[in-house]
Amino acid sequence: MTAMTQAQPLIKAKNLWKKYGSNVVLERLNINVNAGEFITMVGTSGCGKSTFLKMLLGMEAVTSGELLLDGKPIPNEPDQSRGIVFQQYSVFPHLSVLENVIIAREFEHSPLLGKLFGTKKKAVIEEAKTLLHSVGLTPAINKYPHELSGGMKQRLAIAQALIRQPRILLLDEPFGALDPGIRADMHQLILKLWKEHELTVFMVTHDLSEGFYLGTRLWVFDKIRRDPHSPEAYGASITYDLPVTRKTTEAHEMQVLEEIKAAEIAL
Amino acid sequence: MKRLINLTPTKPIRWLLGVLPFLLIVLVYITASDARLLENSTDKLLPSLGQMGETIHNYALEPSKRTGEYLFWVDTYSSLKRLILGMSIAAIMGFLFGLLTGAIPTFHAPISPLVTVISLIPPMALLPILFIIFGLDELAKVALIVIGVAPCIARDIQRCTLEIPKEQIIKAQTLGASSLQVLLRVYIPQLLPRLISSIRLTLGSAWLFLIAAEAIASTDGLGYRIFLVRRYMSMDVILPYVIWITFLAFVIDWLLVKISQKCFAWHHQGAH
Repeated sequence: MTAMTQAQPLIKAKNLWKKYGSNVVLERLNINVNAGEFITMVGTSGCGKSTFLKMLLGMEAVTSGELLLDGKPIPNEPDQSRGIVFQQYSVFPHLSVLENVIIAREFEHSPLLGKLFGTKKKAVIEEAKTLLHSVGLTPAINKYPHELSGGMKQRLAIAQALIRQPRILLLDEPFGALDPGIRADMHQLILKLWKEHELTVFMVTHDLSEGFYLGTRLWVFDKIRRDPHSPEAYGASITYDLPVTRKTTEAHEMQVLEEIKAAEIAL
Repeated sequence: MKRLINLTPTKPIRWLLGVLPFLLIVLVYITASDARLLENSTDKLLPSLGQMGETIHNYALEPSKRTGEYLFWVDTYSSLKRLILGMSIAAIMGFLFGLLTGAIPTFHAPISPLVTVISLIPPMALLPILFIIFGLDELAKVALIVIGVAPCIARDIQRCTLEIPKEQIIKAQTLGASSLQVLLRVYIPQLLPRLISSIRLTLGSAWLFLIAAEAIASTDGLGYRIFLVRRYMSMDVILPYVIWITFLAFVIDWLLVKISQKCFAWHHQGAH
């Protein structure tokens, strides 16, 4: 937490609002995030956590206020500074596992066609193989995505997101569709990669204990003000911003769980 | 005894059941033909298989007395040339329009309504216009196929383009792809197998337009021939030509399936 006062925050939101017409999704969001944090975002569905992730990605524009990356307005379209893993559909079905990863380097080194040949291709293949090894996909490099299990597809999506070495990794319920056992493996993997690649991670999750387990900081999105006659009049904000350490985890988890349950009943 | 809905025939029985209707049709035809020919040996309506074989032998293996050409092969060559040329142009145009309108919103706005309206014009109604503009030559017949088929392919490809999950397009951008790179590496490879299905579906109408155009203004071609000999009630020419056209359509369809399976194995193994 002392780092916050010294360096400029990586991501900063100043009085951020997001509206769709008269529907207020997010209101009065003020946050600072430093490089290297692992932020997990929880909240009821429709509370704006996915919208916030899309704003970080550049898919959604800010309605008012500011969202800054390194002190500058965040780019308004997706680019290689921010990697993304969606819950599904984020790998290319027409490419093998290896091709799915090297395509990022091909985009970079072949500006026109996005395709490499010969020695240049060999070099990126070596790099991709190392990365695929670190996510445990070495035996599957020549397979196509439809031949992979759900967990392996997500490993591939993660490897793909990391090859351009983004500083920020965005995860949109990446493990939501996986079996519990596989999910535990994926948790170890993502923690390992977060440290190795010195990433700043933003992760949306439905699973509160996952949020506490993975994050260094947990945000709860919820509405502070409510109008029962027009539920769209007020937007959500971050109602809890909890630094997570192993000691605080269990006590907080219970408390937040109660709050979220209460909020769900109120909706 | 299982319920009927749970009974699945074994492979050889399925094959046999598949062939059975064809055998029945041939049998019924032969019986009817024999009965008619027995009453009147110059009957033209249901020629015997022998008569048909002889006629086709003359058309395919003997040079025509008037022109010295092998009519059957000349007809086949002319028709296939028009069909393939028309389909190729239609496929390329349809693919480009479908891709650009589906993938690039700026193109969608001015082109998409136009394509929709053009696809609603009955192409046969345009045939006189085409004959007036392009004359009675090859161009008008090819143009009819293009006008009839390209808008359907364009709309189909546009739909398929929009069906590609947005997540993939976002992902490509986070990997640093430009618009052109997204088109070349994400959209086009995934749409090519869809183009082949689209061509297969529209080939039926392409044959329709081809035969209609040939029937109205032509000097050769499979459609021209069957409409020419209709005047003499030459069923011994018409029936084998119809079977031959059907066979050609079948072979083209089969080739397209094989090409698609070979080039886009990932598509056929359930990856969409």
